[in-house]
Amino acid sequence: MANQQPNSGNPRVDIEYRRKKSAEEMRHQVITFALMIFLTIVAFVAAGYEGFSGWFVVPFILILALVQVVFQLYYFMHMSHKGHEAPAMFLYSGAFVGFITIIAFLTVIWW
Amino acid sequence: MATEQKMTYETWPASPEKQTLEAKNKFLGFWFFLGGETVLFASLFATYLALKDKVPSSDMALAKDLFEIPLAFIMTMLLLTSSLTSVYAMYHMKNFNFKKMQLWLGITVLLGLGFLGLEIYEFNHYVHEFHHSFTSSAFGSAFYTLVGFHGAHVAFGLLWITTLMIRNSKRGLSLYNAPKFYVASLYWHFIDVVWVFIFTVVYLMGMVG
Repeated sequence: MANQQPNSGNPRVDIEYRRKKSAEEMRHQVITFALMIFLTIVAFVAAGYEGFSGWFVVPFILILALVQVVFQLYYFMHMSHKGHEAPAMFLYSGAFVGFITIIAFLTVIWW
Repeated sequence: MATEQKMTYETWPASPEKQTLEAKNKFLGFWFFLGGETVLFASLFATYLALKDKVPSSDMALAKDLFEIPLAFIMTMLLLTSSLTSVYAMYHMKNFNFKKMQLWLGITVLLGLGFLGLEIYEFNHYVHEFHHSFTSSAFGSAFYTLVGFHGAHVAFGLLWITTLMIRNSKRGLSLYNAPKFYVASLYWHFIDVVWVFIFTVVYLMGMVG
C-alpha cells in the first residue's frame, strides 16, 4: 500500500516509528491551529480598526481567509498526504466553477 | 482484510480509513461530494454578494447595522477549536485508542452545539430587534439562505457524529467503522472551511461596508 510505512520485519519497531510519526504530525497540526487563530485575530482587528480604508481591508482579509483555508485543507484534512490527487482535482474543479459563478454574479448582473 | 476482524493495537494498520475497497470508494466519493458542496456554497455566496444591502426602504437595517464583532468572533473561535478537537479524535483513531477518540468527538459535538446555540440567538436577535427576516428584503433572503444553510450543515454534522458515536459505542474500532469516523471528520472540517469565508465575506466585509 502506498501510504503504509516501511516495514522492518519487527512489528514493535514499526509501531514505535508510526507513533513517533503521528505524534510529530499532531505537533504540526497544533502549530497550524495556532497560526489559524492568529490569522483570525488579525482579520478581526483589521476589520474593526477605523483607520484602514475598505480598499485595503477587504483584499487583506480575503487573502487571510484563503491562507487559513489552505491550512485547513492541507493539514487538518490531510490533503498534504499521499493519495490525495483525485480529492485535489475534485476540490479545485469545484472551487474553479464556484469562482466563475461569483465573478459572473458580481460583474454581469449588477453593473 | 476482513472488515469485522477483531483488531489489536499491534495489527491496526497505518491508514485504517483506507484499508478496504468500500473505504477507498467512500473516501473518493466523499471528496467528490465536497467538490459539489464547494460549488453550491459558492453560488450562495455569489447570490449574497449580489443582493447584499438590497432593501426596499431606506429605514431598514443594512449589513453594517446588523453585525457585531464580539459575537462573530466567539462563534469563529468555537468552530475553529472544534476543528482541532476533531483532528485530535482522528489522531487517537489512528493510534487505536477508541475511548480517547470518543472523548474528543464528544468535545467536538459540544463546541458545535455552542456554535449552533449562538447562531440561533443571533438570528432571533436580528428578527426581533432589526426586523431583518427571511421575507423582509432580498438582502434578508440571501443572508438567511447562505448562513442558514451553513447552520443546517453544522446541525447535520452534529447528528452524524453523535449517531456514529452511539452506534459504535460498544463495538470499538474496526476497519469497518474507522472510515465512517474519518469521513465524518472531513465533513466537519469542511464546515469550518465554509465558515472561514462566511465570517470574512459576510461579517467582516459587512462591518467594513
